Amino acid sequence: MMSTVTSLTAWLDNRTGYRRLLHEALYENIPGGARWRYVWGSTLVFAFMVQVVTGIVLWMAYSPSGHTAWESVYYIEHEMQGGSLLRGIHHFTAQAMIVLMALHLMQVVICGAYRAPREFNFWTGLILMQLVLGMSLTGYLLPWDQKAYWATSVATNIMGSGGDWIRQVAVGGSEYGHHTLSRFFAMHAGVLPGLIMLLLVLHLLFFRKHGVCAPNPEGKPDQYFWPDQVLKDAVACLAVLVVVLGLTIWKGADLGAPADAASPYDAARPEWYFLFLFQFLKFPFLEHLPGGAEFGGGVLIPMLVMALIGLMPIVGRWKLGHVFNVGLLFVLLGGAGALTGIAYNQDNMAGNTYNAENPPEKFPDDAQRQEQFANAWQASKNFLEAIDAAKREAERAEQLAKAPAGIPPTGMRSLLRNDAKTQGPVLFKAHCATCHSYRDSRGVVVRTDQQPTAPNLGNFGSRTWIAGLLDPKQVLTQKYFSSAEHLRDGDMAGWVVENVGEFEAEDLEDLNKVVMALSAEAALKSQQEMDEKDADAIAQGRELLKETIGCTDCHKFHDTGDAGLAPDLTGYGSREWLIGMISDPAHERFYGHLDADVQPMPSFAPNAQRPEENWLRAREIALIADWLRGQWYEPLQSQAAE
Amino acid sequence: MVKDSGETGSSAMSDSDEQRRGFFKRVLAIVIGAIVCLVPGVTSLVVFFDPLRKRGAAADFISVAPLDAVPADGLPRRFQVIADRTDAWNRFVDEPLGAVYLVRSAEKPEEVVAFNALCPHLGCFVSYQASRDGFFCPCHHSSFQTDGEIIEPSPAERPLDRLETKIETISGEEDSQAAKRRILVKFQNFRAGGTGKVPK
Repeated sequence: MMSTVTSLTAWLDNRTGYRRLLHEALYENIPGGARWRYVWGSTLVFAFMVQVVTGIVLWMAYSPSGHTAWESVYYIEHEMQGGSLLRGIHHFTAQAMIVLMALHLMQVVICGAYRAPREFNFWTGLILMQLVLGMSLTGYLLPWDQKAYWATSVATNIMGSGGDWIRQVAVGGSEYGHHTLSRFFAMHAGVLPGLIMLLLVLHLLFFRKHGVCAPNPEGKPDQYFWPDQVLKDAVACLAVLVVVLGLTIWKGADLGAPADAASPYDAARPEWYFLFLFQFLKFPFLEHLPGGAEFGGGVLIPMLVMALIGLMPIVGRWKLGHVFNVGLLFVLLGGAGALTGIAYNQDNMAGNTYNAENPPEKFPDDAQRQEQFANAWQASKNFLEAIDAAKREAERAEQLAKAPAGIPPTGMRSLLRNDAKTQGPVLFKAHCATCHSYRDSRGVVVRTDQQPTAPNLGNFGSRTWIAGLLDPKQVLTQKYFSSAEHLRDGDMAGWVVENVGEFEAEDLEDLNKVVMALSAEAALKSQQEMDEKDADAIAQGRELLKETIGCTDCHKFHDTGDAGLAPDLTGYGSREWLIGMISDPAHERFYGHLDADVQPMPSFAPNAQRPEENWLRAREIALIADWLRGQWYEPLQSQAAE
Repeated sequence: MVKDSGETGSSAMSDSDEQRRGFFKRVLAIVIGAIVCLVPGVTSLVVFFDPLRKRGAAADFISVAPLDAVPADGLPRRFQVIADRTDAWNRFVDEPLGAVYLVRSAEKPEEVVAFNALCPHLGCFVSYQASRDGFFCPCHHSSFQTDGEIIEPSPAERPLDRLETKIETISGEEDSQAAKRRILVKFQNFRAGGTGKVPK
């Protein structure tokens, strides 16, 4: 048995010469013996190999186009076995590489390993560093979520400061699109890794030519690379892996909501290791540089700094050159660290107080400093709110993607754009909240700076809402009619105060049935069970509404009463009624009885024939109506919980 | 030149001590090295083999054509099978899943025979040629009779894959002349090759 193996290996060695190769690889002499400080290069090679292997498998599941990039990453993350772990390893190893590169560079500079005859070793290392940073930049875009989209568009615009053609070539057109992703992906999975491998081979060849640069090898005996240094390297790699796995399990690779060119994202930030550059670009003095702040600060100065680092082997020849180089490195790393800290601190300074409406009084005696503080606090609040909103939107995207209806071929973004739950509040805030307030029983609040001049529409059409309106104690509160002049002084409020105020217990019971009947017109999802249970009371309420109570003296209700005196109550609060109301409240069916100059509400889409003349599109109005009615997809589990 | 610690021991005692330590280091280096390679490697393999978890969609009866579209004359007619389809993350509505040949004979007009249009040899699309009264595969010249049986010599090892069918009355009295009836096919694709029909 043994002899077969021996003869087989002998045969193989005879054909390939592998023993010599192996021997050369393992029995490299290390002057002064193995040391922990030599491990950084090996950990980087290890990390790169991890990226190659995990990256190739991710490649097999990733689909680079505007309608499939986020979707395929979602699929990897949530549907494929082991996908989340794989993505996490790839994501965090990429970040580990940045840290390891910094440590490797520090080790090389401090030990003076950049000096003759190792200049080429150093220079290829610097090029490798640029390539790895390029990998980070291109990889960051690929999930095509909001964060990736907005952060990378800043990066490509900085490229454009050196000439817009550079940006256009990089993004594959004048705007972001399918080709941006396929180009970035080709760079990320093809061009850059190819160049890295080429440079890595050269880097290692130069390294083997000159060997380890030991600062003072006299003290300790030499050792071979194997096994002492290999063991140290392996332990270091294990430590890297443990950190990467820990981060994967603890945090996981994030996937935000899909990219949307039309929705603002106040939390657009580069990955943490580019934060220093992001912060650096805020310095006002950069304006005076040739090409302005973007080119000067984003391109010129980084290039000059790289050139300065590249000159280290030459500077190092002078007496104090090495001291200068080490000093320069510490200034650069320290500066980058400080800028990162400032950026982080500025974004998070509002901390736990960001839920407050106003900034805390930090400098009560100094108005100017308080104002500065308030501005910074507000910016941080916006940032943290955007992070929160992004998290909510991402969760919603995940819910919808997991829904039985699935993701349509037009992609997740199109699904989200038609999702009443997330689009409703956005549209309401933009178009309705200038007059209406919104605060519903689930605690959803649409905040505005203005005083409301129209009723609160939270839970509109529900029994509680209608009962409140018909309650003489509530009708003239801000929730209902006190905020709007025409309502406050109108017949409806008067009727409630005068008549309902006088109601006996029996009348109030009837009124309750009327409330049920009117609310049933809306056919709200949240009241479905109640409406079915109270079918009899609702039928009675309907008759009472038409005859006894007197609503139809002014309002039309189905075939009773006349339109044109007050809003029609037929289908009150239903989808169709709301769409009609929002589209054209001046219509005879709603406020047609009021003159044009006292119409309380703008008509958002009065002209069905010429939609281009309307303020809002039919789709948007329907989304607002659906949102007000609580009509949207919820996964079964949370429906049961409600 | 090299002052390997394993070779510089002065006494026999420390020599074997050093050797033991050296052996321990070698084993440890290999074990840790293996672990750091295995974790990302195995994770990658797990994801790589994710496709093995995928099973074809459970076969459902899909409405393919009105009964009148297949006259009881024993001649095969081709129809697209259109239904909702899930492909990885996407849900497609009303997409072609494949095609079937439907045949109704004069003797048994109440029975619709359906064949999957894919050749059971290697999955090319077979065509019906009226002039030769049979199905012919364009790839490796498998040929089948109108009842799906192999015409020898043929590289296909089994007849065309038959699919379950049923007829459903959608409107009008059952069995009346005016009744609108449709053909439903339990559509399925089968693995290519071999003598047995194995659902994909």
